[in-house]
Amino acid sequence: MCGATTGGVSLEGVDLSKEAVIQGRVLRAGEPVPGAYVRLLDSSGEFTAEVPTSATGQFRFFAGDGTWTLRTLAPGTKADRTVVAARGRVAEIDVELGAA
Amino acid sequence: MSRQQVLVDADWVAEHAGDPNVVIVEVDEDTTAYDGGHIAGAVKLDWKKDLQDPVRRDFISKEQFEKLLSERGISNDDTVLLYGGNNNWFAAYAYWYFKLYGHENVLLLDGGRKKWELDARELSTEQVTRPATSYSAKAPNLDIRAFRDEVVKAIGSRSLVDVRSPDEYAGRLLAPAHLPQEQAQRGGHIPTAINVPWSKAANDDGTFKADDDLKELYSEAGLDWSDDIIAYCRIGERSAHTWFVLHEILDQENVKNYDGSWTEYGSLVGVPVAVGDEPGSA
Repeated sequence: MCGATTGGVSLEGVDLSKEAVIQGRVLRAGEPVPGAYVRLLDSSGEFTAEVPTSATGQFRFFAGDGTWTLRTLAPGTKADRTVVAARGRVAEIDVELGAA
Repeated sequence: MSRQQVLVDADWVAEHAGDPNVVIVEVDEDTTAYDGGHIAGAVKLDWKKDLQDPVRRDFISKEQFEKLLSERGISNDDTVLLYGGNNNWFAAYAYWYFKLYGHENVLLLDGGRKKWELDARELSTEQVTRPATSYSAKAPNLDIRAFRDEVVKAIGSRSLVDVRSPDEYAGRLLAPAHLPQEQAQRGGHIPTAINVPWSKAANDDGTFKADDDLKELYSEAGLDWSDDIIAYCRIGERSAHTWFVLHEILDQENVKNYDGSWTEYGSLVGVPVAVGDEPGSA
């Protein structure tokens, strides 16, 4: 579920009025997956950034207005999710991985 | 150089485990990655603390580089195998840096830390110490490093390759999207530079694409292979990745990395800037 319930990544020090934040968690069977790789692809599918997830499965990007794709890579699996970002707000998304 | 001489895989690492003349070095942007687990026997280089002058914006000097490598236990005749996170951005930067100071035998682990992890290979948290050496560096080889005046002169006369993402090239983003976007400099690119994002040279797992695909990639983007080439990005690490592709894998001569890159160029007073998806004119 792409709810607003994750709430774990602190946004302290981030000027939200200037940032289009995309953040969330990578989960497998509801449990956080640390060390997965989340890639941010632009609307044409071009790579824009990549981060490994934290010990608590979290990731964050500072994007721009528009539609983006999150491509998550973990051993033996890959998942794509679409997300819409806009300056001044935080797009929260949880990525649920299938069984490895 | 060619792919076989500069790139190795995990099998090579296994075959050379315990080889006293091979030093594995991890270089990361997230310098805590190493502490959480690294390839067995690898030492760490912090790209910022170890490889940048603490006061001026520049490399550490030849003498500082000698001191650093001596402390890390690296000898002149050692083979240095570099790997790191971020699809080897900073490992490629360190590779270029080692070459700049004249180290002979340098290799890059194809796919870096990411492929190692995605293949679920072992990482060690054991502390690694190597006996100190007495390293001797050469004078910096400026045939592979470009500075701002040369870049300004290259507009319209030499091949400039901007390797950032399309959104950074166009000026819609000012930094890679894993970093906050608030920056001092203007957005856009150096006029006449073509945009070939570094990521087009790599597969999803961080390994480099095949030679023929790489040649086709730059040819299709309009790169003039007969020309002198200068690659740049935001701070010079992604363009070191592209420098590695052009100069080391494809054996192209006359390729320089402009490590001042957009954080310098985009802050210069009075230089031309192009905004949008087209290269623009001189």
